[in-house]
Amino acid sequence: MSGGPAIGVRAPEAMQTLSGSARERPPGRRSHWLFLIWILFGALFFLIPLLSTILFSVKPKPWYLAYVNTFTDPKFFSSLLYSFGIGLATIVGVLLLLVPTAYWVHLRMPRWRPIVEFITLLPFVIPAVVLVFGLIRVYGSRQLPLLSAPFGGDVLLVAAYIVLALPYMYRSIDVGLRSIDVRSLTEAAQSLGAGWPRILFTIILPNLRVALLSGAFLTLAIVMGEFTIAVFLARPAFGPYLSLIGQNKAFEPASASIISFGITWLAMGLIAYIGRGQRGQTRTVGAR
Amino acid sequence: MASATPAAEGQGVRFVRPVRRRSFTWLGLVPFFLFAALFIFLPAAFLVVGSFQGPDDQFTLQNYADLTSTEFIVGAFRNSLEISAVTAIFGASFGFVLAYALISSGTPGWIRTPFLTFAGVASNFAGVPLALAFVFTFGNLGLVTVALRELGIDIYSSGFTLYSKLGLEMTYMYFQLPLMILIIAPAIEGMKKEWREASENLGASSFHYWRYVAFPILLPSLLGTMILLFGNAFGAHATAFQLTGGTINIVTIVIGSQIRGDVLHNPGLGYAMAMGMVIIMAGSITAYSLLQRRSERWLR
Repeated sequence: MSGGPAIGVRAPEAMQTLSGSARERPPGRRSHWLFLIWILFGALFFLIPLLSTILFSVKPKPWYLAYVNTFTDPKFFSSLLYSFGIGLATIVGVLLLLVPTAYWVHLRMPRWRPIVEFITLLPFVIPAVVLVFGLIRVYGSRQLPLLSAPFGGDVLLVAAYIVLALPYMYRSIDVGLRSIDVRSLTEAAQSLGAGWPRILFTIILPNLRVALLSGAFLTLAIVMGEFTIAVFLARPAFGPYLSLIGQNKAFEPASASIISFGITWLAMGLIAYIGRGQRGQTRTVGAR
Repeated sequence: MASATPAAEGQGVRFVRPVRRRSFTWLGLVPFFLFAALFIFLPAAFLVVGSFQGPDDQFTLQNYADLTSTEFIVGAFRNSLEISAVTAIFGASFGFVLAYALISSGTPGWIRTPFLTFAGVASNFAGVPLALAFVFTFGNLGLVTVALRELGIDIYSSGFTLYSKLGLEMTYMYFQLPLMILIIAPAIEGMKKEWREASENLGASSFHYWRYVAFPILLPSLLGTMILLFGNAFGAHATAFQLTGGTINIVTIVIGSQIRGDVLHNPGLGYAMAMGMVIIMAGSITAYSLLQRRSERWLR
């Protein structure tokens, strides 16, 4: 909510020259270098593991061998494609579920806001491993054998990922709706004769574009790398694939990891690009 | 609860509006609640009920009693709590200093902006690839391990191994630190320059300023974020699984083995374990939101 790094800039320079800038300096000067050294250590901690992975991926004799092996492994593409498809299904599902809900809560049922909000925060309380535990016991049981039905596992996987996406997706949509005047827009549209689908798709949705797109890319980044739920539901997703080659092969895991970083970074880069000029928002989900 | 408004409204305008209108409003929330019921509450209820059931489906509290008397499970909870606490405390303190250093006016923008952007990416970078990256770095043949060995320091002969609690803690720091930076940065930015100026005008030293002004204001945010980091590490599964091959005794790994095949030889005990986890997570999230509310008093 505080407008990013701009806050420090806002203090007029005149103030500095007026109120003893000489007194402001001394604590700054010395700690200045300490700060930079500290930042350097932080940067090293973050960069060395990435560097190691890159170096490992180019270690075999022709340096590109691990990449060739990765790209020629049919399982690599099939798992990547599978995860991508699941990711898209999750995005569509979570949008269809949450946009009308959040809109309706804003417009007609504000009293229900705390309850809806509470439910969307539940994934923070229920870790992924516990969620999948419950899902398997309910839907994998003999009474409800959804897991053995064709596509049953996929449906369950998408549903679980929608649950994981609820907290930040809802927040994102909620913030978006707060920043526009939903009531006036809706009333104006209604008085011009628009029906509900038209209001939702041509008026509300375009106004939420940034919120929805960044949420969608974050969902994609998370689904592409998710391991726990996919592995227990025995789905051929990218996370379990990476885990498996990580246990069996030497250099291919490094090249596959680099590719997986690339996907995450691309998604996050797109979020930053879409949200440029927007107020800074923390976007994170629970640990994996 | 929701019917309160339409009902009150209905009294005045009963003759104008048909009663039918009421029912349409709440219908809008049905898909959401249906989804939540099917994929959150039903699985959760299954675990709750199961945790109170004995081998013959009768009601029992034995599972919760076993939770505290089975040494293996107590060990798993102890390890999980320890790892979460250690990474939360270190992540929060290092992360705070790092965030403060990044935001301080002496740090050039070309360092600050990429670093903060990177923190946003790194906090989402967890699980299998993270574990692999740390194996490539601090594993037996990792870059840092080998480099140190060439310098004559063999960290593995001095008892260190990445596939241990310490190794796991180091790995978790990779997502704990950036998360701390992301969450605490707005709080640090919210500190007003006037507070320092006012305290200096009153003759306070830098120590006094931190001790009596800045620290008390930041304390709720600091503690709150620390708790969030705690929960973050407590629920992590994939990173630990990949790093240790599922051999480390922490709660998420044990629950994972319990899903695969009843390793505890008692389904109810597994459900009770899952419930124990949910209770700890719920406690930490509640504490977090209470502290967050308190910190908003000064830092809007």
